[in-house]
This record gives sequence, structure tokens and C-alpha cells, in this order.
Amino acid sequence: MYKRLSIRQKQITWAWAFLAIPVIFYVVIRFYPTGNAMLISFQEWNLLGDRAWIGLANYAKLWNDPVFWQVFRNTFVYLLLGTPISLVLSFFVAYHLDKIRFMHGFIRMLYFLPFMTSAVAMAWVWRWLYQPVPIGLFNNTLAEFGIPQIDFLRSTTNALPAILAPAVWAGLGFQIIIFMAGLRAIPQSYYEAAHIDGVSKWTVLFEITIPLLRPTVVFLTVFSSIGFLRIFDQVYNMTTNDPGGPLNSTKPMVLMIYQSAFTDFEMGYAAAQTVVLFVILLLVSLLQLYLLRDR
Amino acid sequence: MAAFDGVQASSESVFERRVTRRKASLAQSMSWSILFFGGILTVMPIVYMISTSLKWPHEIYDVSLIPEEPHLENYTFVLEDGRFYGWFVNSLVIATITTISNVIFDSLVGYTLCKFRFPGRYVVFIAILSTLMIPTEMLVIPWYLMSQSFGWLDTHWGIMFPGLMTAFGTFLMKQFFETVPDDFIEAARVDGQNELQIWWSVAMPLVKPALAALAIFVFLGNWTAFIWPLIVTNSWEMYTLPVGLSTFADEADVAWELVMTGAAISTIPTLIVFLIFQRFIIRGVVMAGLKG
Amino acid sequence: MCFNRFRAIALATATGTLATFSTETNAVEIEYWQYFFDARVTAMEQLIEKFETANPGITVRMTHFPYADYRTKVAAAIPSGEGPDVVQLFYGWLNDYKAASLIQPLPSSEFPSDSIDAAFFPMVSAMREGDSYWALPTAVRSLALFYNTRLFKDAGIEGPPETLDELVEIGRKLTKRDGAGNIIQAGLTLGMTAQDHHWFREGLVRQFGGEPYLDDYRTVNYNSEAGLKAMEFYLGLGAEDGIGAFGFMDEPQAAFKAGRAGMHIDGSFRIGSLNKTRGLKWGVTELPATADGIRSNYSSYWVNAITSKADGEKYDAAVRFMQYITSDEAMQIWLDVVGELPAKPSVGLTEANANDQIFGPFIRGLEYANTTKFVNESAQRQIMIDLVERVNLQGVSIKDALAEAAAAEQKLLDEYHTSKN
Repeated sequence: MYKRLSIRQKQITWAWAFLAIPVIFYVVIRFYPTGNAMLISFQEWNLLGDRAWIGLANYAKLWNDPVFWQVFRNTFVYLLLGTPISLVLSFFVAYHLDKIRFMHGFIRMLYFLPFMTSAVAMAWVWRWLYQPVPIGLFNNTLAEFGIPQIDFLRSTTNALPAILAPAVWAGLGFQIIIFMAGLRAIPQSYYEAAHIDGVSKWTVLFEITIPLLRPTVVFLTVFSSIGFLRIFDQVYNMTTNDPGGPLNSTKPMVLMIYQSAFTDFEMGYAAAQTVVLFVILLLVSLLQLYLLRDR
Repeated sequence: MAAFDGVQASSESVFERRVTRRKASLAQSMSWSILFFGGILTVMPIVYMISTSLKWPHEIYDVSLIPEEPHLENYTFVLEDGRFYGWFVNSLVIATITTISNVIFDSLVGYTLCKFRFPGRYVVFIAILSTLMIPTEMLVIPWYLMSQSFGWLDTHWGIMFPGLMTAFGTFLMKQFFETVPDDFIEAARVDGQNELQIWWSVAMPLVKPALAALAIFVFLGNWTAFIWPLIVTNSWEMYTLPVGLSTFADEADVAWELVMTGAAISTIPTLIVFLIFQRFIIRGVVMAGLKG
Repeated sequence: MCFNRFRAIALATATGTLATFSTETNAVEIEYWQYFFDARVTAMEQLIEKFETANPGITVRMTHFPYADYRTKVAAAIPSGEGPDVVQLFYGWLNDYKAASLIQPLPSSEFPSDSIDAAFFPMVSAMREGDSYWALPTAVRSLALFYNTRLFKDAGIEGPPETLDELVEIGRKLTKRDGAGNIIQAGLTLGMTAQDHHWFREGLVRQFGGEPYLDDYRTVNYNSEAGLKAMEFYLGLGAEDGIGAFGFMDEPQAAFKAGRAGMHIDGSFRIGSLNKTRGLKWGVTELPATADGIRSNYSSYWVNAITSKADGEKYDAAVRFMQYITSDEAMQIWLDVVGELPAKPSVGLTEANANDQIFGPFIRGLEYANTTKFVNESAQRQIMIDLVERVNLQGVSIKDALAEAAAAEQKLLDEYHTSKN
């Protein structure tokens, strides 16, 4: 029976055979709860008791909630600053790290360590580095040079970048490793050919390395964008006493969802926010995949 | 394998050393210095973490990097807590099994989505990718109800089941299989290998760097996972390390020196996993370098 | 007194009837949840042991969770019927849990509201709605002023402040600044994120002649002349020539523990943690009075409640367990083991307790304490945090910020009360 199938039919059969278990897994563990959340977004539910259908009321509430628009804006600031900065930094490090031999493993480990360390512990250290005198390292240093203090976290303008910094810092090691793996998947022969032709370093970078890194760049762009749009840990842990503050200036969408669900027990409202976040993430990812597609 | 090493080493040494070395040596040492000092700067917060773990509670708010009187009491305190080993073992078991599962399934799915042409391919890819777009916080309630009806509450299986496959790993592997030339796979088909063999013995070895990266990340992700293990476990015995360590924060007080100690200790296994797997990231070069 | 004895007999009879009832059935196991805190766990273990001895048909299984995520955990578990039968909650969460139907009222036959009103400290009545109580505490807490005796001695200050004017005067002596004017040692810690929002609501507003809320905490009333004066006083403490700074050392209690703040307003639950801090010498006194000697305090407590999950014989067992852990005996054990103040004056206000060097100021504070009936404590606290930040970070006038906060809080209260009716 199998033998009579065409090559294409065989491929289809194999593909679905390979996908069978994973598809069941994703449907049960992921899609079902997601569908559930979408239903809840049209309901009023306080976790227990009856769910009441209230149509689009949760979405209307969201539309009219000034905090939501602030949070919406914050989320995009995290994305638009975080993704490019972290990609450029990590590419810079990976590109140069790829070339050096001396203490290579050690230096790579240095960059990777933040990614391995507990987010809670690191958030505390950063919070502490940002404090005003007499305990904050950054401000103490500024004070020594007679430079006025900077309010890092207690400021509606500085707090978001101040929280973004450790988020970029923690993810850097991850991106560097992926870039390194990508760089090392580029066949050496291309470089050898380029050397023989005497092509400049910059030409090699832009004509060989970056184009051949495309799958890696696509992955990292999409993945780190999703990461920054879903930022939560750093914000929550660095602003524990005033989550997302001051004055909601650092609050991202996931934190607002978390508070609606587990502080206010407004599951319907939390679900509506989740759906909005889902749509944003999907659109951003699809747009990126489209722009970065193989032409 | 050894032969391949030789091939690469020689082609590189002959060429690079003669032409590039002299010209590039200044630039090289410049970039080395920048990377080195950048790296030192990068780990400074972690150095502070370790320094805090050696301090007494009253001096944890001091800026000084070097504790007044460094001591290991915090470490003895954490390690002597009889529950610590249980948490450690739980985390280890869960992270290890989940890592193995992800390495197998994510690469299988990633490979299928990359190398097979079949109807629904793009839909399946986007559908799997879309699971990255729902925050875990919204999933824990349905998962909890699910675990409850299947009797998975407060079990290892209950903690690990949501993470056995991830869209992250699938996407990563799909991207890396793109770097594997189709010719290789075609050649194996002509040789009469079945698709499972081709995936396992032809394609998989070619993406070892990505597999290594995947293993590191999945292990790490499960090692530090907090919210779901907290929700699904009820007893001390089933806690994972992060959930257990969070008991160092109580209502009146967060014992930061103990949190730092716990964080420092729990970084060690991930560091070991990293050191083991990062070797494959190097070896991958050889494999990829061969085909040119 | 007479009434108490009557009540005790009534309770004993009620318990007796129930006891005969339960011997006919099999052993019931109920589950009790609280957050993890060494002393609380130890105390509860003792209570459970005594309770089980007295009630052979019932076993109680205690589970505890990390404090910071206790709420999340409870919220996830109870709705699915997995959670506890009796649960410990912060009283300020009560309305959240009530609104979410996670808990059920205590039966008025075993917990007659009028006799509870008479036996417990008055602020416990915040747990009453109509004719029934929803939850009851074993112990209560209040605020007091902690001070660093070493810093006082260094500055040549004799004793802690008695009045608000003295607070400012002493605070000024304790405040140290660097050349650029940055505070490096604070006279008083400041921050709505800690306990100061309670101090403002139930302390300062009342002391300046106001009433923070009206209609049984359904109407916000601190947007008044007294409220404005109270807020001006409070924010003045952190102004440029003040005696502290908002955000100094990140958290008020951190500054005090590190010995970088002379005074700190906090709750009795902080005592244990301060005791553990090496090298810190501290004393504690009542919250400062006004010049005319008016004092006001805020009291809070953790309560135990029966969850909506408990039914049938588990419900009966839960009721019995609730009766025991709110008994005089339980309160005494709780005071001895945990160091928290008994919820009944008859147990708490003994001569020895009221004059205790450490517990005294807190216990005396209970006599003039009020308890805010929060509908959503974290949201209402957030409004106070935002108020201060609007003034400090955005330069909004105190008057406008106060009006905005009052409006926001009123909206929150209205939403809650209308959704319930």
C-alpha cells in the first residue's frame, strides 16, 4: 500500500505521522486553554461561581481604560527599544567572539551567566544599583564626580529604560549563543573563497555573513520581539512595592493581565487583555516573518 | 570525526595565519579587550549576588563589594535545610526529562515543518508559533483544572507536562534545519533510508549546535520556572527549587542574603549543563564546514 | 464579664451537641491553609494538636505556602474544589474573596454576631456584614513608632517623640545630608508602599480633625480640609527641608534595618525581623499624638474563614475548628508563640501585656485604633502611592492630587458596592 504512494503522498504521510503526537499535545495543552481564555473574554467570571455572558463589555471597558492605553504604549516601548538594542549588542559580541581564540570559552561564559541566574535575585541587585545615595552604586559614583543624582526608578520617564536594561542584559547571553550557533553553521568555504579574492572585511560581513545568517536573524527577531512584548519578570520583581509604577509608567500588558486575574479576580477582563495581547503578538510576528522572508 | 577536525584545522591554519594574522592582530587584540572588559562588566551584578550571599543581614545594603567579614553561614543554613535536597532533585528530574522530550519532539516537528512539503504546513507552523503568544498566567487555571481531573496535582508529571514540547524549540530547530542542504536528505533517500532514519542519523547531527543551545535553554527554562510549579504543587516534598527558595521571603522580611545564596547555589547545575553542551556548539562548525 | 461566661457556656453546649453528633460518623479530615512563617506554623501545629485531642473525630491537615504568592495559590485552588476548608486571609482581602465567592459566612448559631461584637476588639466588626460574620481573627496588629536608640543617643536625644511636633523636631536632628543635599540618614522613613497609607487614613486624617470615610466606609471623605492638612503634613516630611525622603533606600523597613533611619512607623509583625537584625538597637513607642493629645491608630489582622468548598460534615468540622482557633486559649498560645496581640481585650489587655516594653505600645494603640474596610486593599493602597507620586514626580498640587485620589477610590468603592447589589 505504502509503496504505491507517490513521493509527494509519501511525504505527506510521513509528515503527519511525525506530527501526530505533537499536534495532539498542542491541541490539548495549548489550544484548548487558549480557546477557553477567548471565551472567558466575553464573560464575567470571578474564578468561582457562574460565568455570565456580557458580550463585548470587557473590551469596551478596556477601550475606555486610560491605564490600558498607557500599558499598551509601554509594551511597545519595551519592544521598540529592547529588540533592536539587544540584537545589535548580541550580534556585535557574537561576531567578535566567534573570531577570538584566547579565553574564548571563559568570555562566552561571562556573557551567558546573567541568563542563567535567578531573575528574582538579579532584579534585586539591579534595584539596588539604581538607588539614590547612599546605597546606590550608580548614584554613588555620580556623586563622587559631583554629578547630580539621577532618579532611575523613581521617575516616570527613566524607570522604563532602567528596567529594560536588566531585561536586555539577562537575555544577551541567550542571543549571543544563538548567533554563535548560526555563525558556525555558515560553511567555512565561503570565507576561504572570500579571503582568496581579497574581499574587505565589511564586504564579507554584509555580503556573506549577514545574508547567510538569515534563519538565525529571523528566529531571534521574532523570538525576542515576543519576549519583549511579554516582558513581566523584570518589571514585576523590580517594582514589587508598586507593581508597574511609578504611576503605571513601567507596566507592561502581561503585568496588567496578572493583576486583573490574581489581584482583582476579574478573569473576564484579564482574558480580554490576553486576547488583545495575542492579536498584537500574532500581527507583529507575522509581519516580521513576512518582511524577513526568503526572497 | 577526528579526521574532519583535521581538515578544518589545517585549511584554517595555513591560510588565516599567514594572510590575516599580522594585519588583524591589532584589531584582534582590540576586540578581545573590549569583549573581555564587557564580559567582566556583564557579570558584575552576579559578583554582587555572590558578595551579598557572604554577608550578614545587617550589611546587605552596603555598597561595598567585599563583605566586612565574609562567612559561609548562609550556605550552611540553606544546605542544612533538609528540604533543600528534595527540591533540588525535583528540579533536576523535571528539567532533565523535559529537556530530553524537547530535544526529540521540537526537532522532529521543526524538521518536518522545514523539510517536508505537505498541505497545512504553514498553518501548523503559525498555530504552534501562536502558543508563544499567550502568557502562562492565563493558562495556569485551565491546566490546574486539567491536572485535577487527571489526578496530576502535586506530582512530577503534573509539574512537567505543559513544557514537554515548546514552540520556542520547534521554531529554533525549524530555522536551523533550513541551513541543512536538501541534497543531503535527497541523497539519503536515494540510499533507501526511511524518513525516520534520515531525520535521526543524517539531519540531526548537522544541527548539533542548535540542539545544544536548545538543551541549555530548555533545561534553564524549567530550572527557573516558578508560577506553574507553585500552582500545581501542594506539599513541600514536591516543590521545585525556585518555589522552595521563595520561602525565604516572608511577610515581614525578605532574607535577601539567603535569596542570593539560594540563587548562587541553583546557578551551579545550569552552569554545568552549559559547560557540557557548549562544546557541541563548537563541534558543529566542523560538520557544517565540511560540506563546502 | 458575666456576658462572657454566659457565652462560654453557650459555646460549650453548642460544641457538646456537635461532638455527640460527630461520634456517629467516621473521622473527617479538613484542610487548613496559611502562609509560611515559622512561628505561625509552630503555633498552628500546637493548636491543631490540642483541637484534635478534644475532637477525636476530626483531623486537620495544615498546608502552607510562600507568603508572596499565597493569594495567587489560594485563588487558583479554591474554585476547583482543591483548596482548603479553612483558610487564612488578610482581612483586607476579605471583600475580594467574598466578591469572588471563595468563602462563606460563619453560621450565626455558633458565631452570634452580637456576642462577637462584645467580646472582640471593636475593629473586628469590619468582618461583619448584616447579621453574620464572615471571618474571625486569632490575633490583631497595630502600628507604632520604632526608633533607633543608637542614633538617638548619638544625636543627644533623650527619648522618642510624644507628639507630631516633636516627631518633626527630633526627625530634623536625626537627618543627615551630603554636600549636594542628598539625604544619607533619614529622621523618619517615608513611603506609602509600607504602612504609611494606613497611618495617613486612620491616623493623621483623624488627628487633624477629619473622618477618612463615611457611611461605613462606603464614601471617601479624606478630600476635606482636615484631609488636606494631614496630607500636607505628611508630604512636608519628605519635602526638601523635611526629615526623610520618599524612596530612600528603596524600602522604609530596609532603611531602618540598615541603621540609616532614626524612626520608622510599622506594624507589630515587624518585631521578629528587627530582633534578628544584628547590631540594630531599637525601641518602640506609641504613634505620636497631636498637641492636644489626640491619638489614632490603625489595626489590621489575619482572619480565618471557611471556604465555599467546605460542605456537609467537613463544614461542621470546619465550624468547630474555627471556634477553637478563635478561643481564648488559642489566642494565648498565639501570643506566646508568635508574639501577635490577642483579638479580645479580655485576653490582650492584661496589666502585664499593656505595660510590656515591646508589646505595650501596640496593645495600647489598639484601644484607639480603627480598621479600614477595604474593598480591594491593594488597589486602594495603589491610589495612595499614586497620589504621592503625582505630587512628587509630576508636580501636581497636593489639593488636586488628593481630590483625584479620592475620586478614584470612590469609583472603586461604588463599583464594588453596586456590583454586589
